[in-house]
Amino acid sequence: MGIAIYVLAFAVLVVGLYAVVAKKNVVKIIVGLLVLDYAVNLLLVLIGYRSGGQAPILEPGQTSAELAAKAVDPLPQAMVLTSIVIGLGLTALMVAMGLRLYEKYGTFDTNKIRSLRG
Amino acid sequence: MESIVPLLVAFPLGMAFAVVAMAHVKGLKRLTAPLAVGVVLANLILTFILLGAVVPRIFVGGWGPDPEKALGIEMLGDGLSKMMLVIINLVALVSLIFAGAYMRRFTKVWLFQALFLLMTGAMNGVVLAGDLFNLFVFLEVAAIASYALVAFGCESEELEAAFRYLVLGTVGSAFILLGVTILYSLTGQLNMAAVAQKLELIGTSPAVLLAAAALIAGLSLKAAMVPFHAWLPDAHPSAPAPVSAMLSGVLIKASGIYAIARLVFNVFGPTPQYATILIALGAASMVLGMLMALGQWDLKRLLAYSSISQAGYIILALGVAAEVMSRAQPDEAVAGLCLFGGLFHLFNHAAFKGLLFLASGSIEQQVGTRQLKEMGGLGRSMRVTGFCCRIGALSIAGVPPFNGFFSKLIIIIALAMAHQYVLCAIAAGVAVGTLLMYVKVQRYALEGPASGRAAGATEAPVLMCVALVVLAAVCVAAGVAMVPLRDHLFGPARDVLLEATKALSTGVIR
Repeated sequence: MGIAIYVLAFAVLVVGLYAVVAKKNVVKIIVGLLVLDYAVNLLLVLIGYRSGGQAPILEPGQTSAELAAKAVDPLPQAMVLTSIVIGLGLTALMVAMGLRLYEKYGTFDTNKIRSLRG
Repeated sequence: MESIVPLLVAFPLGMAFAVVAMAHVKGLKRLTAPLAVGVVLANLILTFILLGAVVPRIFVGGWGPDPEKALGIEMLGDGLSKMMLVIINLVALVSLIFAGAYMRRFTKVWLFQALFLLMTGAMNGVVLAGDLFNLFVFLEVAAIASYALVAFGCESEELEAAFRYLVLGTVGSAFILLGVTILYSLTGQLNMAAVAQKLELIGTSPAVLLAAAALIAGLSLKAAMVPFHAWLPDAHPSAPAPVSAMLSGVLIKASGIYAIARLVFNVFGPTPQYATILIALGAASMVLGMLMALGQWDLKRLLAYSSISQAGYIILALGVAAEVMSRAQPDEAVAGLCLFGGLFHLFNHAAFKGLLFLASGSIEQQVGTRQLKEMGGLGRSMRVTGFCCRIGALSIAGVPPFNGFFSKLIIIIALAMAHQYVLCAIAAGVAVGTLLMYVKVQRYALEGPASGRAAGATEAPVLMCVALVVLAAVCVAAGVAMVPLRDHLFGPARDVLLEATKALSTGVIR
């Protein structure tokens, strides 16, 4: 399993990046950004993983040294939580802006939302 | 001293929420603007108090430093952070004073003040962060606040510009997080000092290069380097003038250039590869920004492209310094001169670009247009604004005795001393181009016959003029008082970068 899952996470990142770069619909661009964020969060969780590991919660009767030897890394989990919440705020802002763009321009097509040029 | 540093972040953040709460209470709504200005003024005063003192390493909440592991979040208070704090709080104060009069055309001004305070507090957090993930979180807070501020007017142009800025900014943030992830997986630490120590042991493996590439790409997008600059020419003109001044003068520097300098010099260590990347980015930005700016007839769009060009100067100076420091026999004096030139230009650009954007806001409010061809004779009809705009234009064009002349001269001389003669010639050429574009601005906006809308222009309100005069005074003072500034402000900042990876790790962790 080893490296294949990391390659998969990078593949998801590339898919998200492709959607942002190549798509012309505002909603598809927003979805691409979400996929990009998910890919980075996925990678962050993966690097903390230890195969056959235990959740980083101290069980009754276990010493902290035993826990440190067996548990998955809790720090990336904390980082991912923060990142997910940041992504949530960004998504709300993106969707709100997308809706306002539709009100002003009448379309979601970025080829038509192009009054700024040069 | 230790307790002052977290206050620099806490005051603006707390005030932002207080502003939102006060705006819904009948009697307190009028107090939000003076209180916001008061909080940023308090920040500036605390920064000046901090300047004179040596700040020890601060661990928030008292967690650590344990000799075994660096738990807890560290805040840095070294010379580089102090210099950036002065820039951020000074420009924020002046922009808020300007906004007191400029924002009267908008409704819900309290929302603007809350977002502005969030952005300022987050930028203070970015330059004080000693921890990679803390840096990322504050970068995000500042960026999200700025996306909302660019879209503040909610007209179609502003929304389009803000949406493009948002998309590109989010891609940049994703890359920054990717870089932080890879660094964490390599070193097992998030504390910058610890990461620097571990990276010295690992050396340059492909994984480290990938992390560095992801971080530099994401941060270059925040700093609007070519080829990541596509959002800036739309976003900065569409934002309200005080926001443009903050974005162009401070945000691209605090979140982009400062972070690149901190990471490449203090965490990764300057190597020839990173130096080449920075030099390429800087040179491309300088030339392309100048060329695109020369053809612009929209005043704020010209200023935005000029920002890209001047930021290129700074990155070029940093890159050449990195290259000199990574040679077999590093020449400390030349590297120090490059760094001093770059940091001085960073300070100067914040001052005169902030001044120019605020002046363009005054002009836009009084004349009603941003097109250069529709203005004219404003040097006569708007005396204070015209005078300050002229000082700003002369400063950025590099005319003695203003500050821009000294910083550009130092950069050009330092490039020649580092034997980079081609880059030196490019820098000198771009300086000539900058002079051309600002002569154009002065000719069409300030001199010439007053036609149409410009004929009836009157002077801007007092608050806006006060803000312009303060920044113009800073431009003049920084040029005249260059040597004392070098000793107290830029010298310590330059020394932090010169010490490279040793600067952060004074005595902690394995």
